[in-house]
Amino acid sequence: MGSCLEAMKPEIILSQASFKEAREYIKKNVREYHEVEPGYKIHDVHIIGVPPLYVGVEGEDLIFPYTKPCHGTFVVKVPGSEDIARLRARKGK
Amino acid sequence: MTENDEKTALILLGCPQVPVQTSMALYLVHGLKQRGIRPVIAGTTAARKLMEVADPGRYYVSEMTDLDVAIDEITEKQRDFDLCFVFIHNDSGIAYAGTMAYISKARLYTLIFGEHAEELAGEIEFPCEVVAVKAVHNPMPLKRKLDEVMQWAAVSKQ
Repeated sequence: MGSCLEAMKPEIILSQASFKEAREYIKKNVREYHEVEPGYKIHDVHIIGVPPLYVGVEGEDLIFPYTKPCHGTFVVKVPGSEDIARLRARKGK
Repeated sequence: MTENDEKTALILLGCPQVPVQTSMALYLVHGLKQRGIRPVIAGTTAARKLMEVADPGRYYVSEMTDLDVAIDEITEKQRDFDLCFVFIHNDSGIAYAGTMAYISKARLYTLIFGEHAEELAGEIEFPCEVVAVKAVHNPMPLKRKLDEVMQWAAVSKQ
């Protein structure tokens, strides 16, 4: 896990899934989600996968897919801080 | 892509869990160099260490970089490549290849191997050249396919 993200002790919502399963989880379970392009960066982590890729917002937290080369994709929740405003300023849902 | 117009290729290595990956990556690096294409290897720490240990004299391996650093540089438009080869044996590999298809202008080759190569190949939904072979321990089936790929790479270089 990215050292910055790891230091934030993220809540693991889904573990060792496929990037498609992570996409579906966010779409189905998070009311507010935003489409981002592959490579979009949150803290020190790139969002990896084939579009569409989603980042969710739940209260003050961000929910997003985190892909590890050896262990598949995790859906993690971390405090959003200024990243939420950056997401909401983008086009789309 | 470099200032002196030397062609470059990014070789993206995922989890080195399947034995053929390191061997085939070294073989690919060798083939690219023979064709005048400069290879840059990006991979996990373990994947890079396997390459380093297998080539202590650095006869084949030259530049290596971290996976995230490579993605950073491409998304920030600081760097790009003419060719990109992604080694894939799991879903994460597909995800990384899909990302490269989106962020890079490189001609993309997906080299899919391991027990579930055909199944994984069915997951490819982005523009690229697909090479899928069920190869785990014996690199020869993948080597034969890779030889064909390097012919394409040499053609696309001209």
